[in-house]
Amino acid sequence: MTALRNVAAIVQKEWRHYFGSPIAWVALFVWTMLFGIFFYFSFSFFLEQSMRIAQQGMEYGGGSIKISLNEYLIRPLFHNMAVVALFLAPMLTMRLFAEEKRQGTIELLATSPLSDWQVVLGKFLAASGLYALMILAGLVNVALIWTYATSRPEWKPVVTGALGLFLLGACFLAMGTFVSTLTRNQIVAGILSFCLFLGMWTLGWADAPTAGPVMKAVAYLGVTTHLEDLVKGVVDLKDVVFYLSVVTFGLFLAHQSVESQRWRA
Amino acid sequence: MIEVDSLTKRYGRATAVDGVSFKVEKGEVLGFLGPNGAGKTTTMRILTCYLPPTEGTARVAGYDVFAQPMEVKRRVGYLPETPPLYPDMSVAEYLDFCAKIKGVPAGERRTRVAEAIETCRVGDVRTKLIAKLSKGYRQRVGLAQAILHNPAVLILDEPTAGLDPKQIIETRELIKALAGSHTVVLSTHILPEVSMTCGRVVIINKGRVVAEDTPDNLTRRLKGAGTLRLEVKGDEASVLEAVRSVPGVLVAHARGGHDGVAVIDVEAEAGRDLRSELARAVVTKGHGLVGLQQMGMSLEEIFLHLTTADAEEPAPAA
Repeated sequence: MTALRNVAAIVQKEWRHYFGSPIAWVALFVWTMLFGIFFYFSFSFFLEQSMRIAQQGMEYGGGSIKISLNEYLIRPLFHNMAVVALFLAPMLTMRLFAEEKRQGTIELLATSPLSDWQVVLGKFLAASGLYALMILAGLVNVALIWTYATSRPEWKPVVTGALGLFLLGACFLAMGTFVSTLTRNQIVAGILSFCLFLGMWTLGWADAPTAGPVMKAVAYLGVTTHLEDLVKGVVDLKDVVFYLSVVTFGLFLAHQSVESQRWRA
Repeated sequence: MIEVDSLTKRYGRATAVDGVSFKVEKGEVLGFLGPNGAGKTTTMRILTCYLPPTEGTARVAGYDVFAQPMEVKRRVGYLPETPPLYPDMSVAEYLDFCAKIKGVPAGERRTRVAEAIETCRVGDVRTKLIAKLSKGYRQRVGLAQAILHNPAVLILDEPTAGLDPKQIIETRELIKALAGSHTVVLSTHILPEVSMTCGRVVIINKGRVVAEDTPDNLTRRLKGAGTLRLEVKGDEASVLEAVRSVPGVLVAHARGGHDGVAVIDVEAEAGRDLRSELARAVVTKGHGLVGLQQMGMSLEEIFLHLTTADAEEPAPAA
């Protein structure tokens, strides 16, 4: 009970920092703007394609062929937003611990009856909460389809895609929380986080039809590898477990780092 | 309330605190005195469970800082050297957050925050952002944070550093008011502060306790070794001779002079008051006694005496 209250207090405090400074507003602005732009382009392309196919159908007298909204809109949209998350995640995590260290407020947290786990978890949940809010704000675009389309599109890929996007971002945020514990300079934390995220991302590129078992294993560790099924509307437990493991690992590292610094300091 | 037993903290090869032991009784105000880098902050950080000790034990309110840190943290209010403030929060928001993480029950939070604001006189800035506060107000907000959860023990690291004289006096009054109901340990390198606020002083230098007593006792103990300053009209050499003939005088040396007045510093044996004998000796030799002054050692001098004497000792083999 007290543990929960402590975590909630940290979450609330972090949100106060996010929204009291431009960070949250800039992140929300950039995210929703890019979401809107990507949505607009993907949607235009989808309309163009359906128009073209409909015309072809009329010219050649074939039956009406439907093209998949998932294929043309949802999948590219979420893939693009995953790239945006790669860039924005360091912004959300870089100051989490670095700023506390620079300001000396880490001393307040460390001498209050809080456990290191509560602090780490609170900070991570605050960042993921903001990130979830960003995703929800972006989904407003997608909701437009439901409002105006004559036939209801499938909702499942949208939900699982959003879940995949969230889980992918959560991996970044957990790792970013860890990197932020390593330095008192938030710019350094931001740059290091970005490099780390990029590394996590590019592991997936190791996959190729000719790849050997080692490369396959490396590719399996890439964060984007596991997004593929989710944006198609397929929830595979192993993907979810993979993401949750990375999150747990990141938080574990963050906790160890916070604890060990007190021993070394 | 606080028991520190042969506490040692090493950072790699450097030893910051070296076998420090002391006790603080309930309701007492203990002054922790020492030059910069003496190990005051490190000791305080160990007492507040921020750092683990390398060796030795420290118990606060009956709980070991190493074995039961949560119990200790609940009972300790700590004001670090730089107040741990979030500049983007208002004073009220900040204190509300602190109350939450310090485990003040939700029902009492409002009253506790209001009381702390009242006690530390930060009511007129309660809605202001901390970033906009002056140094004095920041220090007070830091102090408010430390007393929020009504801790049994208050640990204040240089609570008056960087304040103007009026604020220093106010802070001292505040600390005095808190004593009694709280056990206070404060560190400082400003000596008058100690004699004004503390019941007992621990002087620490290079990580070791070099003296521990009440401020009055410390002054008295070393007053005997204080010097007398004579100002005598007459020839310097013959005055010196006269002064040296007085029994009980250890050293007498001239400090120069002006307009035919010789200034002479006399060191007397500890505990002896030689003023009348010296006056008589000078006057009977036919010199005119212009001034006679007891140069009692101030706490500053005691402090310097103790901390520099220790520095001259050869370092013990590591």
